[in-house]
Amino acid sequence: MNFLYAAYGATWAIHIVYLITVYLRYSRLKQDVDELRKSSR
Amino acid sequence: MSAPTGVMLETLTKDIRLEWRSKDAINSMLFFALLVVVVFSFSFDPNAEESRQIAGGLIWVAFLFASVVALNQTWARELRNQVLDAYRVSPAPANALFLAKAVGNFIFVVILEALMVPLFVVFYKLRVLGPAWQLIPVAALGTWAIVVNGTFFAAMSVRTRSREIMLPLLLFPITIPALISTVEATTVILVGDPATSAKFWIVLLATYDVMFTLACLALFETVLHAE
Amino acid sequence: MRKAFPILGILTAIFLSYALYLALEVAPREQTMGDVQRIFYYHVPSAWTAFLLFFINFIASIQYLVRRSRSSDKVANWTLITVAVVTCIASVVIAMVPDLKKALPQGTYPSSIATTGIIIAGMYFLIRKYFSVEAVDALAVTTAEVGVVFCTVVLVTGPLWARPVWGIWWTWDVRLTSTLVLWLIYVSYLILRRFSSSGQTPVMAAALAVFGALDVPLVYFSIWIFRTQHPQPVVGGGGSIDPRMLHVLLMNWLAFLCFAFLVCWSRYRLERIKREVEETQALEALLEPRSVPR
Repeated sequence: MNFLYAAYGATWAIHIVYLITVYLRYSRLKQDVDELRKSSR
Repeated sequence: MSAPTGVMLETLTKDIRLEWRSKDAINSMLFFALLVVVVFSFSFDPNAEESRQIAGGLIWVAFLFASVVALNQTWARELRNQVLDAYRVSPAPANALFLAKAVGNFIFVVILEALMVPLFVVFYKLRVLGPAWQLIPVAALGTWAIVVNGTFFAAMSVRTRSREIMLPLLLFPITIPALISTVEATTVILVGDPATSAKFWIVLLATYDVMFTLACLALFETVLHAE
Repeated sequence: MRKAFPILGILTAIFLSYALYLALEVAPREQTMGDVQRIFYYHVPSAWTAFLLFFINFIASIQYLVRRSRSSDKVANWTLITVAVVTCIASVVIAMVPDLKKALPQGTYPSSIATTGIIIAGMYFLIRKYFSVEAVDALAVTTAEVGVVFCTVVLVTGPLWARPVWGIWWTWDVRLTSTLVLWLIYVSYLILRRFSSSGQTPVMAAALAVFGALDVPLVYFSIWIFRTQHPQPVVGGGGSIDPRMLHVLLMNWLAFLCFAFLVCWSRYRLERIKREVEETQALEALLEPRSVPR
């Protein structure tokens, strides 16, 4: 049934979106860390 | 009179005196309350029978919004004159301050409600079919539930960005059980069906009030000093 | 430990795929609802996971508030120990007194009271042992965020299941409404975290979390009474469940727990790094010679 696939799809869509936001925050943080390392040298 | 009670009463009378002299909060809230009642009356135009079913919810939503306006003001004045810092440094127990603010707000909001109710009765052609005296404990307990949590969250949101929106954001979810109980109790009393009774809702409201008053008293000191 | 992460990730992905296969193919087709009922295998585990995460947040918030002073810390520890002991004693007493045993809700055993008490105390002390006071706050943020994600899944899959089965998207049923309120409380928690400046945030957020936790049983109770006065369609009633379905349900729950664990771990590491970076940046700003006018 369409609702079944919609539900499963929505579940994973929500999880994937969240994981992407975590990853984006992580890469921004890595930039900050690199900047700090550079400035301390 | 013990020190905490003394502090509380003094703060309370100070707040009331200040408000009475300036009257700015009361005037704006009065007008806001009137606007709310009028706007709601435009949106819903029920006959007498239907209005008894929905008036409970409408009235309490209106009171909730008006309370938020009042609560936002609570700490604003203190903040303006750095009074909060003075309180933090003073040996006065934080709970006395909290109770003073909460009771002050309670009085404020009760006055508001007393002014709004006749308007609602007129606009919705309300007649109470059940035991009307029960409305007093319902109103008192319901208002206290909103005010006690509202005063606490107002203290928390005063140090955040967008503090005016922060208060309702924090307050509304937490007060949902109190709102449900109050609205249900009011509707039961208005409709007056002899098979139903508001007693259970009143007990639930009382439980909510006790639990959250204790929680606010326990945690207020921590929140006040958290800086 | 860090090297284990990719391996665990792959294992979890495999487990989740297997669980999905179980849910779609192996689980028996439900008589009245048909295949749509399979949403159950995602909806319920997500709900249980969200509640577990929120419960951990509650423990973490309490610990953050309590562990800052020795006296309150001690009081909390002894309270937890008392809870564990009392629940054990209560279980034994209830098991021995037949009248009390009958008073229990249908299907629960007296021993589950003891188990609950011991698990709660155990979780409290485990968290206390492995997380410092600052770390416990990072744990609180993590579990709140991931909990909200899982709770969102519950609130989305719920209506998607309700619509074909009952014809309505939403109903003010106890479980759906209390889940919605729980979601609202924790979203407001996250907003508070984002909008308040760093000094007092953890304390205020912890206070809010405690309020929320007090609120939840009240919400559930008041909505339950609310609903019994206005009868509405009942969500998947009590009664026994087909053991094959139970098996698939538990497998999916286990898979989602592993997944939640990995997500929390990543988010937690992110939070710890973020705090270190912020501290370092603050230190750098203090030590910067450039800012001093010559």
